[in-house]
Amino acid sequence: MNKTLIATAVLLAAGSLSTQAMARDTINIVGSSTVFPFSTAVAETFGRTMGFKTPKVESTGTGGGMKLFCAGVGVDHPDITNASRRMKASEFENCQKAGAKEITEVKIGFDGIAIANSKKAPQLDLTLKDIFLALAKDVPDASGKFVPNPNKTWKDVNSDLPDAKIEVLGPPPTSGTRDAFVELAMEGGCNSIPEIKALKKSDEKMHKAVCGGIREDGAYIEAGENDNLIVQKLASNKNALGIFGYSFLDQNTDKVQGSKIDGVEPTYETISDGSYPVSRSIYFYVKNAHVGTIPGIKQFVAEFTSDKAWGPEGYLADKGLISLPDAERASVAKSAQALEPMSKPE
Amino acid sequence: MNNLDASTPGAPPRHAIDIVNASLKRRYARESRFRLVGLIAVILGLAFVVLLFADIVSKGYTAFQQTYIRLPIALTLEGIDPAGTPDAQALANADYMAPIKAALRQTFPEVTERRELRLLNSMVSVGAADLLREQVMDNPSLIGTTQEIWVLADDDIDMLVKGTIDRDIAQGDRRVKDDMLGWVDRLEKQGRIEKRFNTIFFTHGTSREPELAGIAGALMGSFYTLLLTLALSFPIGVGAALYLEEFAPKNRWTDLIEVNINNLAAVPSIVFGLLGLAVFIGFFGIPRSTPLVAALVMTLMTLPTIIIASRVSLKSVPPSIREAALGVGASPLQTQFHHVLPLALPGMLTGAIIGMARALGESAPLLMIGMIAFIVDVPGGFTDPATVLPVQIYLWADSPERGFVERTSAAIMVLLAFLFLMNLAAVLLRRKFERRW
Repeated sequence: MNKTLIATAVLLAAGSLSTQAMARDTINIVGSSTVFPFSTAVAETFGRTMGFKTPKVESTGTGGGMKLFCAGVGVDHPDITNASRRMKASEFENCQKAGAKEITEVKIGFDGIAIANSKKAPQLDLTLKDIFLALAKDVPDASGKFVPNPNKTWKDVNSDLPDAKIEVLGPPPTSGTRDAFVELAMEGGCNSIPEIKALKKSDEKMHKAVCGGIREDGAYIEAGENDNLIVQKLASNKNALGIFGYSFLDQNTDKVQGSKIDGVEPTYETISDGSYPVSRSIYFYVKNAHVGTIPGIKQFVAEFTSDKAWGPEGYLADKGLISLPDAERASVAKSAQALEPMSKPE
Repeated sequence: MNNLDASTPGAPPRHAIDIVNASLKRRYARESRFRLVGLIAVILGLAFVVLLFADIVSKGYTAFQQTYIRLPIALTLEGIDPAGTPDAQALANADYMAPIKAALRQTFPEVTERRELRLLNSMVSVGAADLLREQVMDNPSLIGTTQEIWVLADDDIDMLVKGTIDRDIAQGDRRVKDDMLGWVDRLEKQGRIEKRFNTIFFTHGTSREPELAGIAGALMGSFYTLLLTLALSFPIGVGAALYLEEFAPKNRWTDLIEVNINNLAAVPSIVFGLLGLAVFIGFFGIPRSTPLVAALVMTLMTLPTIIIASRVSLKSVPPSIREAALGVGASPLQTQFHHVLPLALPGMLTGAIIGMARALGESAPLLMIGMIAFIVDVPGGFTDPATVLPVQIYLWADSPERGFVERTSAAIMVLLAFLFLMNLAAVLLRRKFERRW
């Protein structure tokens, strides 16, 4: 028994290692979990229709993806990385140092972050300031001094809002959605308060801490990375609000409704034209040095940037992607398909 | 005694049996309380298991069925002559969506507007064309004929037929529009909609479309990973146990090793993932997301379990066996391999199977080595990119489409079934081969 096991193990290992060629024939994609659903949809269609192998898409988070992507050039390193924010200057420099000189940046579209509650409850109309006052760790009191957030109900925040307990289910700090929420909603809200806005000039560190701090007294509940879970919990608790990506709102419109923010409801149109305030652009980056070595990269980019994929009627729209406006889409597609390298981001 | 009586006059004489009798009631009560608490603990534990299983099964059993729509499809393919013998390449490249769309239009002739047509076409899965292609390639004589063919329905239709989508809420809040409801009802009345066994779930890799998503890829990934893990960890584990137990001198070094092995068994699995990332991927350059690297990490993780189990079962072999073998002139190596090892093997195998079951359910260390990936193609070897079952469950649980909710639960059922089978195998092996002295 033992001998046969060892023998088969050695044989199998030897067999599989020898077939492992030095070259790689599948595209490797890493990066943001926000872009993951779109990237995988394109990868699958690409594999099914174009005659190449289906690319491997890993969900590593934007930062983790950048780290892998900029680690070097060669078959051991990924060809494409997805990002829910622009590449940072420091990341670009890392790429340059590692030899990945030419990188093509492709802006795919927008991702909205919805603040939603159960259909059984009335739709809320929030402002960014309301969101900040409801969820911040410290808020200024009447005299301008920072005190731990005293607001217990939405009525405490804004007298127009219902007298319901503040109970918000949202992603934990490790999530990209949380980062974006803090950056877009919380910072937007805190800058609408003059005392805090003034702080930005005098004490930037303090300003950042105040704007980015989310309360830890139970009003904000970290519900894990799983947006489906948040939707399920909202359906069973009509007092709670949840924070998650627009695609989950789109798939669950029978159970939950998005709150209006600054009077704008999260819909495809409002996120696309930029009037919905809590939305961000999403990207992917291509390592030009790999084009030609790894088969199919050019065709993959072409598939991603074709209107049947990322257009307003395309299959990515069904997955919740919000397309770029027509003119921008055309120009990005053109430069992406020509693999024009990006310049250093600011 | 007399003194005592004198000092407390009127007090009854105290005998040991009286003290016992007085406390008896309390002691019985204490025992029955303890039994009750134990029983409650067992019932609670069982209740939670039943609840968990009921929840998973009630959510997941529907995934084993999939909705199909029967359509009269005229298999006239553009560019392919029904009379001649078409070559395989042309057959593979033909547009199979066109005949399906034509059949839909023919079934609902009143639908003419472009937007409505798009809606009509969306009732059929985007993968239906591929399935039709397979059918035609298997049987090219179908070309030119009109066949009643069951085509795969879209996941929204599937959810509607399975009753997951509420028909009573306003159209705007529903993923299936009123027009579609009418079409589905009509198809149902004509017997053109049927739920059939979901073979795709067991034969396909993952997909972004719930109706096309299957666990075959993850299952094969788990299979390759476990096979290699077993092939590596069992011989190494048994060898280490044999040496440490039977041959190694007992000194401070072997004590240190023993303590370390016991400690390693309790190390959180994510740590092995980090180690694997640094050593196997970073240093040895083994490709990410492959069963090979996963198996190496799992081997590190399961080794302590196997070594400990193997040492225990070696210890349980009576010394008389060894003495008898040595007495008739067997060498120490012969003693071990001819006499001790065969007797200890069932216990070792049990330990190995339990270690494998743990490896099957493990996902944390795989996070670090690139197994959280979308991989459509079913892996065919140890160096193909792959995921494993627990990771597939994690990825599906995170997908927004409603159809993945039931598929997640179904995948959990499959994983649990395999875990159950492995544990059952361990129990049976132990029953069958275990010897008591």
